[in-house]
Amino acid sequence: MPTKGITPSQTVGPFFAYGLTSNGKYDWNDAFTNNLVTPDTSGERIRIEGRVFDGDGAPVPDCMLEIWQADAQGRFSDPQDQRALPNSSFKGFGRCGTDANGGYAFDTIKPGVVPDPDGKPQAPHILLAIFARGMLLHLYTRIYLGGEAANAADPVLALVPVDRRATLIAERPHCNGSAVYRLDIHLQGDDETVFFDV
Amino acid sequence: MTLTYPIASNAAHPARLSPGYRSTLKRSPQKPLIIMRQTLSELTGPVYGHETVRENDHDLTTQHAGEPLGERIIVHGHVLDEDGRGVPNTLVELWQANACGRYIHVVDQHPAPLDPNFTGAGRAQTDSAGYYKFITIKPGAYPWGNHHNAWRPAHIHFSVFGHAFISRLVTQMYFPGDPLFEFDPIFNSVPDEKARMRMVSSFDMENTQPEWALCYRFNIVLRGRNATPLETK
Repeated sequence: MPTKGITPSQTVGPFFAYGLTSNGKYDWNDAFTNNLVTPDTSGERIRIEGRVFDGDGAPVPDCMLEIWQADAQGRFSDPQDQRALPNSSFKGFGRCGTDANGGYAFDTIKPGVVPDPDGKPQAPHILLAIFARGMLLHLYTRIYLGGEAANAADPVLALVPVDRRATLIAERPHCNGSAVYRLDIHLQGDDETVFFDV
Repeated sequence: MTLTYPIASNAAHPARLSPGYRSTLKRSPQKPLIIMRQTLSELTGPVYGHETVRENDHDLTTQHAGEPLGERIIVHGHVLDEDGRGVPNTLVELWQANACGRYIHVVDQHPAPLDPNFTGAGRAQTDSAGYYKFITIKPGAYPWGNHHNAWRPAHIHFSVFGHAFISRLVTQMYFPGDPLFEFDPIFNSVPDEKARMRMVSSFDMENTQPEWALCYRFNIVLRGRNATPLETK
């Protein structure tokens, strides 16, 4: 029987950390961490890090970020992805609370290619959901990886005005030998991150 | 086959910019969100085994040496999709203030006592019918700095996953008949009254346990799956 509508969202509030991102600071265990890499995970290890800022350019220290991504073969750890491979313990989901400077980091692997609804390839990307005090409904965005030739043909990036695409692309500094990508999130303002209505 | 999720359902949510709730002023985007087609990335979501939830994670009254102070309650219900079908095996996380309206979080400086026997965090996985159950303490109302004499109605925070990354929901459960409803900009950020009342639990006399605990029912309705099929290739 159809219901009469969904349950509305409310803010995660300022005090979620002890329940959702306790990180050893409270008498509670975390269901999720910011490290998605398991011993049997294949693929290129990468780290994505950055900071979250509000409309005044002030860091957001009470923010929760969640990511969801495919494995290195482009398969999701979800039976709804009928192409899923059964033998990886890579779950594809991570959660991170920001620190006092608004900083976050995820250790993961570079995702593979996922098709769009027409079967065309999307460039490697990671979905990001952002929750915080002052956000009554979380925001969705995507993290793309700088230096990927496939970005030029990505059907979702193509929807974004050219001058705003950089807000979605984590850059890997040339001088950096390790695979560390940086992406700052701006909730508002001139550098506002592109968010998606999905 | 994967199902796409109707965008129209999102009309139940609050506006991100809700000036009565001051913190939204600098934390809501000012540029239009980009509309896109949902792809396999949006339409899949994390799946967890039973290792995520320990045996007593759903009972917030037995996590310490002694019993917490306050009014013991049962909070239960179903996680449903928009067609009224139960969402099985999905994770439900909960956190809340104690009976005095104080969170254990280090930043909460409300001058009300902490309870050494109450952390205020819980976790459950829905069963095959989408049913979940928690045992906890009724949280107290508490003041906050949004405006003069601002008090939050008693509430329990819920975090739910559902079938897809875009069915993700973080919300708050309220208690029926709270006199603070009309003064609370967070509760009232939901513009439609019927939608707003879906955040209010109902008193459940039938499942109230004699000589032990009052019971409240809170059904959570997530986006999906009354939608058009998306063929994945």
